[in-house]
Amino acid sequence: MLIFEHARPGRRNYSQAPKTSASFDDIPDHLLRKKQPLLPEVSEMDTVRHYTRLSQKNFSIDTEFYPLGSCTMKYNPRACNALAMLPQYLSRHPLAPEDTGQGFLACMYELQEILKDVTGMAGITLAPMAGAQGELAGVMMIRAYHEAHGDFERTEIIVPDAAHGTNPATAVMCGFKVVEIPTDKEGNVDLNALKAAVGPKTAGLMLTNPSTLGVFEENIAEMSRVVHEAGGLLYYDGANLNAVLGKVKPGDMGFDVIHINLHKTFSTPHGGGGPGSAPIGVAKRLLPFMPVPFVTLENGKYRWVTEQERPQSIGHLSAHMGNAGVLLRAYIYVRLLGREGMNRIAEFATLNANYLMAELRKIGFEIAYPTRRASHEFIVTMKDIKDETGVTAMNLAKRLLDKGYHAPTTYFPILVPECLLIEPAETESKQTLDAFVTAMKEILDEIEQQPDMVKNAPHNMPLRKLDDVKAARELDLCWKPGA
Amino acid sequence: MPFIPHTEEDIAEMLASIGADSIEALFDEIPADLKGGTLKEVPPGLSEMEITRLMMERAGQDGFYQNYIGAGAYEHHIPAAVWQITTRGEFYSSYTPYQAEASQGTLQLLYEYQTMMASLTGMDVSNASMYDGATALAEAALMAVRSHKSSRRILIPETVHPVYRKVARAIVSNQKIEIVEVPFDQTSGQVRLESLDAFATDDVAALVIPQPNFFGVLEQVDALTDWAHSKNALAIGVVNPTALALLKPPGEWGETGADIAVGEGQPLGIPLSSGGPYFGFMACKNSLIRQIPGRIIGRTNDLDGKPGFVLTLQAREQHIRRSKATSNICTNQGLMVTAATIYMSLLGPDGLRRVATHSHANTSSLIKKLTAIPGVEQVFSSPFFHEAAIKLPSSAANALAKLKQNGILGGFNLQAHYPELENTLLVCATETKTEADIDNYVSQFRQALS
Repeated sequence: MLIFEHARPGRRNYSQAPKTSASFDDIPDHLLRKKQPLLPEVSEMDTVRHYTRLSQKNFSIDTEFYPLGSCTMKYNPRACNALAMLPQYLSRHPLAPEDTGQGFLACMYELQEILKDVTGMAGITLAPMAGAQGELAGVMMIRAYHEAHGDFERTEIIVPDAAHGTNPATAVMCGFKVVEIPTDKEGNVDLNALKAAVGPKTAGLMLTNPSTLGVFEENIAEMSRVVHEAGGLLYYDGANLNAVLGKVKPGDMGFDVIHINLHKTFSTPHGGGGPGSAPIGVAKRLLPFMPVPFVTLENGKYRWVTEQERPQSIGHLSAHMGNAGVLLRAYIYVRLLGREGMNRIAEFATLNANYLMAELRKIGFEIAYPTRRASHEFIVTMKDIKDETGVTAMNLAKRLLDKGYHAPTTYFPILVPECLLIEPAETESKQTLDAFVTAMKEILDEIEQQPDMVKNAPHNMPLRKLDDVKAARELDLCWKPGA
Repeated sequence: MPFIPHTEEDIAEMLASIGADSIEALFDEIPADLKGGTLKEVPPGLSEMEITRLMMERAGQDGFYQNYIGAGAYEHHIPAAVWQITTRGEFYSSYTPYQAEASQGTLQLLYEYQTMMASLTGMDVSNASMYDGATALAEAALMAVRSHKSSRRILIPETVHPVYRKVARAIVSNQKIEIVEVPFDQTSGQVRLESLDAFATDDVAALVIPQPNFFGVLEQVDALTDWAHSKNALAIGVVNPTALALLKPPGEWGETGADIAVGEGQPLGIPLSSGGPYFGFMACKNSLIRQIPGRIIGRTNDLDGKPGFVLTLQAREQHIRRSKATSNICTNQGLMVTAATIYMSLLGPDGLRRVATHSHANTSSLIKKLTAIPGVEQVFSSPFFHEAAIKLPSSAANALAKLKQNGILGGFNLQAHYPELENTLLVCATETKTEADIDNYVSQFRQALS
């Protein structure tokens, strides 16, 4: 039932809005609204009950194991939320003078310094509001760098075929042509293809390391050399930073610009799909191009650096300074973990992934890159199972929901057929992983004994399989009264 | 170990299963010369009690102020239920609803949000949100160029939020799209039709129309919309969602309505929070639906014919279309939209209208009282919504500094973005201010000028 269907004309709340209406007779009639908007007329209790019940129809980290590959669904500590929501932080206006926000700005400055250290980069700006916007900022800086050097011929960005879809989409948004290069059979970028692809048109290479195939690019130093010798820059998509945090710094791998998904590695909430936050780190040569604003410390006072001081900056990416509340949560998280906790993130994320990979292999699942170590994630391919039984990766994913587990990422990366990308994250216990393996074994048995049942999953959820084709063909995007 | 549950026994068993001697051995594919690098700037970890003390100290250092700054972010009362429900773990710690059957809560909420926003803006459809108002405008400009096909020029009046203009320029200029700024009338504070007439038919992809504009002033939206359409250009409304409870929605502007409506969603239950996270909203006519970026939720049926909700029109998006997507945008601002949807439900049409009328009346009262002070003048003659520009007889910066000493953030100094508007403040008094607050402000203001 929709919130609108709980509504009755004339029902309203009395405590949440001003007690009366006020005068607006100085506004000309032709600028006024004539028909009231379709907002529900419901009581406070109706609202609370309706949205509480809706929440209960979601799987979440707080309620289920959520091994969604490439998304780093780790526990979001409650202290981070509680302390970021102290009323002074919430009530601070973005345009309030800097001297009324020294406490807040201290957190932002320290977060910049911490991220600089963790990534090995020369500068950090906290401005981008999501991973995709971090990518946009990074690729815009690559473009600005070449143009500042009078080089307007670099029109291509190289992207491996295993990359996130945001990488090629971002390159196009920045006015570049995308050159895709293949992956070799061990899961590394095909080095010869890279060598053939680089040249005077190469603006840069976008790379995730460890890659979305769940393996570390062993030839990263050589790749860095090849791209740099051709005059290009190296972009690090930080989606998988959780796997190497405290072990390898992107700066040491030769990257010129990186983004860090705080909603993954630094455990800020995914919130049903945002808000994210993606600070970017840059090597020294890209410092002048960083987006504004970012925080500096001068004579014991924190202040914003503006575009007037950075004439080569790529500019503003948001109306204010990015997702401050998300940044506060990330700051609290790193302070809770501390120096010693940084290394442990990668260690236990990697331990969990390799353990789960070993256990799933033992019960009969095929691993896509069996000779490689898992990073913090790995890929199972169901190609043979599908060929033999007709049961697909998506069928298995839906059956997992029935057993109380969120599904792994399916059909990504697209170059592995019938794949499941599984990322357990460091906050899960061995007992949870063992229970998941048991559920996967049960499904394997079900595939053998009653494949049609698995094909028609889910069976125990509030709804059965939903019709995506009907949704796209007979668009119903808004409720209409009487519909 | 904070947030890591492994016991020594677990670790030993797991390593045995993998066949590795140590956890460090799991990193043996990383070339040795890349490894290491000690962390110098990361301090040792704190307990929850210690970080609580630190964050409370810093919050206390920042304190509380009576806030009269608007300029794109507005203080409104947020009902207690909004964030209590929004931060339930099932909303807070879930991800993008890729597995529809396990995400019906988020999906249905987003469908309800789309319904509310489409109605509030008077448009046919809404997406599931953008990052913020500024990026929503940039995406609307890209969308207009995609659908116009022959022109790559966007007209943006100088009465549009100055940072929105900068963001739009930064984002669209990579795609060889030209942003042309249109001057405003210094008396009315509005865009004048005459300043648009220099632009020829078919060489404008879209005209951006703010309502209210950055000065709080109400624009002649009907005439501007009709002008855009007469030039075969799209009309993009940039609107304040609180104001929409009172003002004519973009879908009803002019003869046929604006084509795209965008804006900053923050006033709908999102705390000011130093500028984010907020959310941008975007709604459009049916004819533009395949050009809209971002997530869209559709209603459909399950195998038994029961109604349910899914992400739809995904063929526009980066994870399917890659380099041919409508945008690189990956997520929306799900949690912020959760809060806004609960906010709109709690207020309802009448409550939101009360918030709008009180914000208008309070600012009107403030302006009336301030302009009674000798030498203080209202800058623009046109009607305003809930903020307005006043000119001071002396330094605006000094006045703001003195007000601040008395716990008042007195407004936004317009000279920062409009050098011609010397000693001019943009002030805003929402429904959160009482008559006594306003009188206190006026009295402090009087002293600050003397």
